[in-house]
Amino acid sequence: MRKLTQEQVLLQGNEACVKGALMAGCRFFAGYPITPATEVMEIMAQELPKAGGVFIQMEDEIASLGAVIGASLAGAKSMTATSGPGFSLMQEHIGFACMAEVPCVIVDVMRAGPSTGLPTQPSQADVMQARWGTHGDHPIIALAPASVYEFLELTIQAFNLSERYRTPVIILVDEVIAHLREGIILPALGDIEIEERPQPKVPPEWYLPYGDPGSGVPPMPPFGEGYRYHVTGLYHDVRGYPTTRIDEVEPLIRRLFSKISKDFERLQWFDSFHTDDATITVISYGCVARAAFQAVKEAREQGLKVGFVKLKILWPFMRRTITKILANSQKVLVPEMNIGQISREVKRVNKGECEVATLNKVDGTPITPPEILKMLEEMQP
Amino acid sequence: MKETAELVHIYLRSSKKFPHIWCAGCGIGIFMNALLRVIDRIGYSKDDVVLVSGIGCSGRLPVYVDFNTLHTTHGRALTFATGIKLAKPHLKVITVMGDGDAIAIGGNHLIHAARRNVEIASFVINNYVYGMTGGQYSPTTPHGVKTTSSPYGNPEHDFDICRVVEAAGAAFVARSTVYHTRLLDRLISKALKKKGFALVEVVSQCPTYSGRWLDLDSPVEMMKWQKENSITMEKARRISKDELTGKIVIGVLADREVQTYHERYQQVSEKLKV
Ligand SMILES: Cc1ncc(C[n+]2csc(CCOP(=O)(O)OP(=O)(O)O)c2C)c(N)n1
Ligand code: SF4
Ligand SMILES: [Mg+2]
Repeated sequence: MRKLTQEQVLLQGNEACVKGALMAGCRFFAGYPITPATEVMEIMAQELPKAGGVFIQMEDEIASLGAVIGASLAGAKSMTATSGPGFSLMQEHIGFACMAEVPCVIVDVMRAGPSTGLPTQPSQADVMQARWGTHGDHPIIALAPASVYEFLELTIQAFNLSERYRTPVIILVDEVIAHLREGIILPALGDIEIEERPQPKVPPEWYLPYGDPGSGVPPMPPFGEGYRYHVTGLYHDVRGYPTTRIDEVEPLIRRLFSKISKDFERLQWFDSFHTDDATITVISYGCVARAAFQAVKEAREQGLKVGFVKLKILWPFMRRTITKILANSQKVLVPEMNIGQISREVKRVNKGECEVATLNKVDGTPITPPEILKMLEEMQP
Repeated sequence: MKETAELVHIYLRSSKKFPHIWCAGCGIGIFMNALLRVIDRIGYSKDDVVLVSGIGCSGRLPVYVDFNTLHTTHGRALTFATGIKLAKPHLKVITVMGDGDAIAIGGNHLIHAARRNVEIASFVINNYVYGMTGGQYSPTTPHGVKTTSSPYGNPEHDFDICRVVEAAGAAFVARSTVYHTRLLDRLISKALKKKGFALVEVVSQCPTYSGRWLDLDSPVEMMKWQKENSITMEKARRISKDELTGKIVIGVLADREVQTYHERYQQVSEKLKV
């Protein structure tokens, strides 16, 4: 076993998530027990009272996300953590947070479903649910960590993005990463950038809670500080009041999309390795990326021209990044622990030049490096 | 006491495009008037009041009033209110819910909010029906009554909101009708001032639906019915169960001191910081 260096701490994925959240300024957590996400809640219960924050165990996941949204409206950076069944229950409130533009972070530790499924074997099958789970058109941001350190890092970034765009951000992590223990070096607080939601620069009488200040993201003062405004899940005008006027409805939904889509260029987060001369590229995320990395390394040792890409953002789908990869490779391989969810997106943006192969494993066990390597060997021209 | 006209200027949103959505003769407006009257009398700053509602005709109340207002999802107002109160305990957090909202889809949250005892003053506008969706039976619709979803008579039995919440441990539980305005004011005031979870069931009329289902032809008939069928908690304790059928028992059912979630949380938090 590898020894930890002096600066390293041994952390479990879920533990690192809490560390990241607290560094990002999270001061409210509401949740309901579910394996394999429970440790996030338990550690929050221990740490938040010490940090001047609030922890509460609610009666279910619907209530948990409701409380999180309420606390966020009162000004606290807030989060919850759950797994499949609980994530299903949260869908209505995810939509509410999109519509009312309330920043919040939702961790979904993916376990095999549908329904109670395989408690609690790993899976990556909630990717499409994160995108389309709540009703109605809406944009969403989802991040996918592939190591304990990345879980910490992406939790900080999840808060930053949710504050910057006033939107719910989902962390789609799998059971492997959530329960993995790795030695990591904690970032120094001074080294990480922490973002806060925009605040109004005008007095309350001029404040428009849902007006577009140009960035697409309206300033958001907390409840109780003199800016008395209305928040609703109904379509609303710039003051937050319900509306059905066609000249108010469409601009609202368009703005919800454009406040994020205008920044697509900034939201291309991925790692790559040996992609320059690769004829075959593996596109992966989460725990599968670890196996893919190993397989690509071994393939290179055999002299195979293969490349590796790890996606850190799943939604919005990184079309720019993926189209470039598709243009530069003859074939891509998308290994996933589901029947094919990100591979559908890869195929969707493929102009037809590249052959897209899939490797889908849905038996509740992780994809291994030899499985990917074997596939890469078979795919050789 | 201020004139209603004056309260209108202080508390209704001048930036909101009126009229409101409620039918003529609906009881929700009477409750809104009472709530504003009492808030004014107590003297809360408008900046400190947060009014949270669920979905339904009653859920539309917050948009009209000049507080921090939040119109949530059907049945879940209390969950949002819990988050707000715990994140900013100095705020006066109030919820307004419908009968279907609070006890059908939101029943679980109601029970646990009462048990948990976060300081929220909550009001359930009980009009015995799902008003907004077109007059279907709710958990408070009397047995046998025909509604749009019980064309052969309501096959279910209704349930007593106050007794459920009392059993769940709420610090304050009371009931009034919108007819009994002075009692209503007193109960609203007590609920707002209560340290802990407080619930007032406000029996109200929905002339558009429950009036028709209960064969009460007008808002006036419905309010007369509220007047004639109500008896006080004290009287109710003295008469038999049979005599109580069909009666609206008004007054205070429970008023007790229970440590709030937040008081206890703060104590623990202080100790940990040392
Ligand atoms: C999850 C969900 N289910 C159903 C509805 C539809 N719905 C809107 S209001 C309502 C019932 C309202 O009845 P009540 O709570 O008694 O309020 P009232 O309109 O009578 O004031 C229903 C079922 C909804 N908005 N959300
Ligand atoms: S439907 Fe009934 S409850 Fe709704 S506004 Fe009309 S009268 Fe009031
Ligand atoms: Mg009703």
